[in-house]
Amino acid sequence: MKKLITIMLLLASLSGFTQSERFFAAMQKNLKMFDSSKTTADYQALSAAFERIGDAEKTQWLPYYYAGLALATAGWADQNLNKDDNATKIKALCDKADAIGKSSEIFEIRNMAATQQMMVDPQSRYMTYGAEAGSALTKGMEIDPKNPRLYYLQGMSVFNTPEAFGGGKAKAKPIFEKSVALFKAAEVKPLYPKWGQKQAEDMLAQCQ
Amino acid sequence: MKSTFPLIFLFILASAASAQVTISGKLKDNKGRPLPGATVSIKDSYDGGLVDSLGNFKFTTSEKGEHLLVASNMGYKGFEEKIVIGSENITRDISLKEEISELKAVTVISGSFAAGDTKRAATVLNSIDVATVGGGNADITAAVKTLPGAQQVGEQEGLFVRGGAGYETKQFIDGTLVNNPYNTSVPDIASRGRFSPFLFKGTVFSTGGYSALYGEALSSALILESIDFPERSAANLSLSPIIVGAGFQQLADNKKSSWGVNYNYVNLIAYFNIVKQKPDYFKMPEFHSGDANFRFRTKRGGMVKYYTTFSKSTLGLRREDIDSTDLKDAFGLDNINWYNNLSWRENLGKGWKMNIGSGYSTNTDKLSQELQDRNKTQQYFPDRPWATGKNFSIHNRQDLSQLKAVFEKRLFGISAIRFGSEYMYFYNSSNYNNLQSTLKEHFYSVFAETDIYVTNDLAAKIGGRFERSSIIDKSNFAPRISFAYKVGEGAQVSAAYGIFYQKPENQQLIFTQNLDYTKATHYILTYQKSTNDRIFRAEAYYKKYDDLVKTVPVTSSYGTYNNNGTGYAKGIEFFWRDKKSIKNFDYWISYSYLDTKRDYLNYTGLLRPNFATPHTASFVMKRFFLDMKTGFNFTYTFATGRPYYNFIYTNIGNKYSIADQGKTKQFHNLGFSMNYVPSAGKINPKVFWVLVASVTNVLGYEPVYGYNYSWNGMNKQPITNTAPRFYFIGAFFSWGVDRTQDAINNNL
Repeated sequence: MKKLITIMLLLASLSGFTQSERFFAAMQKNLKMFDSSKTTADYQALSAAFERIGDAEKTQWLPYYYAGLALATAGWADQNLNKDDNATKIKALCDKADAIGKSSEIFEIRNMAATQQMMVDPQSRYMTYGAEAGSALTKGMEIDPKNPRLYYLQGMSVFNTPEAFGGGKAKAKPIFEKSVALFKAAEVKPLYPKWGQKQAEDMLAQCQ
Repeated sequence: MKSTFPLIFLFILASAASAQVTISGKLKDNKGRPLPGATVSIKDSYDGGLVDSLGNFKFTTSEKGEHLLVASNMGYKGFEEKIVIGSENITRDISLKEEISELKAVTVISGSFAAGDTKRAATVLNSIDVATVGGGNADITAAVKTLPGAQQVGEQEGLFVRGGAGYETKQFIDGTLVNNPYNTSVPDIASRGRFSPFLFKGTVFSTGGYSALYGEALSSALILESIDFPERSAANLSLSPIIVGAGFQQLADNKKSSWGVNYNYVNLIAYFNIVKQKPDYFKMPEFHSGDANFRFRTKRGGMVKYYTTFSKSTLGLRREDIDSTDLKDAFGLDNINWYNNLSWRENLGKGWKMNIGSGYSTNTDKLSQELQDRNKTQQYFPDRPWATGKNFSIHNRQDLSQLKAVFEKRLFGISAIRFGSEYMYFYNSSNYNNLQSTLKEHFYSVFAETDIYVTNDLAAKIGGRFERSSIIDKSNFAPRISFAYKVGEGAQVSAAYGIFYQKPENQQLIFTQNLDYTKATHYILTYQKSTNDRIFRAEAYYKKYDDLVKTVPVTSSYGTYNNNGTGYAKGIEFFWRDKKSIKNFDYWISYSYLDTKRDYLNYTGLLRPNFATPHTASFVMKRFFLDMKTGFNFTYTFATGRPYYNFIYTNIGNKYSIADQGKTKQFHNLGFSMNYVPSAGKINPKVFWVLVASVTNVLGYEPVYGYNYSWNGMNKQPITNTAPRFYFIGAFFSWGVDRTQDAINNNL
């Protein structure tokens, strides 16, 4: 009963925001589907659903963020997906989001899209897409130097770079530490991205 | 908290579910093919669905009343239709029309190997590819020679393309002609190109049928597009036993302007003391070269680029005289070259673009030869015909000033028309043993071409070019047409036709200006299939030569010229490149079959020219080992033998005849290079350096490119390399001043 009251209070406070109940509900429903989505087609359908919300609302960048995140998630999992086509779609969604409001979160998705394009052929692509992925993180950090997810992604990039090329566990460790510390200090806003804390902690454990 | 949320959704969903209507149907393109992944939705609502692989879509909506049903797919025109949603399910079939877009449209590729970082279709070689062709020593021409269409001519510089002589290929930088693209050479020794591959972001090697924007090249055009801005500010240093260089480039913080300077000094004295050369170098080859550039972006987003290079070189070498047993020919060369290129491209708005290129270059060669005895004193034999012309002193100067303007206007869709004009002023002064001759040429051209995209699958390029040369006082008109048709994903068939004119060479115009243009007609058919990492290409061509320059003997030592020469070339070529099958392994294979004959200069009739061979193949392999940070590159080239002739003048009938002829042995060359890159894989490293080592002709095979004949034809000597192999080792450093990484570290 106590819980239910909390929820009611939360909902009541939300309705005071510009987000309509309908938007909130639809977003929550789709966010749930991140857990049930398995195939690339699932993620593409989820992405399209978020994009429709964004197109209908016109003033919310979060739907486009999640639409991009859904495609990026498919990009990590599906080896046969055409990464260039997928990244083109992701970046188009990021552009739509940027047109509404600059958020550091968008640069996470830009980083993922460029990283996935680089991974197609790291040797010949790191100069272009590697640099693009790196500059996405830098730009994101300029907007919000306390975004823990950007440090998690930076840590992943360093972690996956061979030691010989200036990467490796030792160099990734302080970055993951910073990420985890920021996660602990971060306030969680409804509907805003909150993924990454467990991943960052797991990675930090791997660096020990 | 998580567990209680569904309660609320159930409530919201339940209230909506009772009034839901299903909207379904098929979505296809105008050819009836399903478009999986396309989206169909109710405009300004959250409701919609995706199209499946069979072209079906289905979704439910709780909206009511009049709404817009919208459908979209990347590369297709959007669809909108009014629907009224009541209580009945709705079925609609939708057809989307393809949009003609630059990303999807077929581009005409017949006859040209586009290379560089352009995302459009036929990416073949970029500057790193050029620098890492095994044994190619980062020479653009050496890398281009591994592509189909080019002959393996090793005794002189130039690209000999599809039965054409070296001077039938012209080089263009940012649209304007380069008058002296190669260092001045010594007879029988090929020289390097003047320009580093790293100056260019794009290279198009056109083996025929090229655009009406370019002229004065019968066979081929090498079109080089310089980079806009360096990636970062950096200081550079090159160190090698034969070359020392230093440079600096500054990229403005706002990345809207840059400038740079470089200086290189080459001296082969140490190298020639270790690696023995056949000729006796009495003056060691020495080159000074400096270059400078500035570039800036204009307010409207256009680009202004200036590049200049100055070089001074000297060398002297002594070789056995072919007509005697103990005399030597001592040849000396001093060269000064200054090249300038200023270009401006601008977006004028309303679909208009402008490209202006201008250039000035001047080249001075002082060549001298002495017939010397064992004591290195000059010898004269005025009464011996074999000694005629063996003591000489030549002072040549070639200047070119030019201006070229090209305007482009977007028409419907992505179709466009380009037109423009160019003016070139050539000044050539030649002094042979104090015999002075000067040639001045005003050359004008007007050209237009249009790119027409009928659909994404069918494109045409139609153009024409009018030229006027003041020195021969003749005009010409050259039509050019090409088509491309997409036959599948990444596959196309294209065809090209064109007429190409080129005025006679200066050494002929000195004797007579009563000459006409030489002419070539190209017919080309191409099939190409390409994906990101693989490309296959097959091309067949026929080329007809008319009005080639023929030598008309007057006496044994003097002649004039006319345009009575003819010829043809036909052949088939294949190219395959694969970066995908083996990780970190990149290879390409080229094969060219060439059947060509020509009757030109002092040829006695239609003969296979001495620079042409029927079969040429190249196999280029590159493998980078990430753990060793080292790349190993091999290039193997094979060519069948080339014909050689000894044409002599006979008084009887006042004509040339063949005193001797034959075919050289096969040509094999295995080139190798390795590059150790300690900073490989690092993005924006502070110090970037590369250690390069290379060897040409690893197997030490001695090629024969042809023969030199004594005056009486009794003695013939093979033309071959000056040393079995050429070795190079060098280190190239770059200290970057990029602060991206610092910015990230500061945030930690």
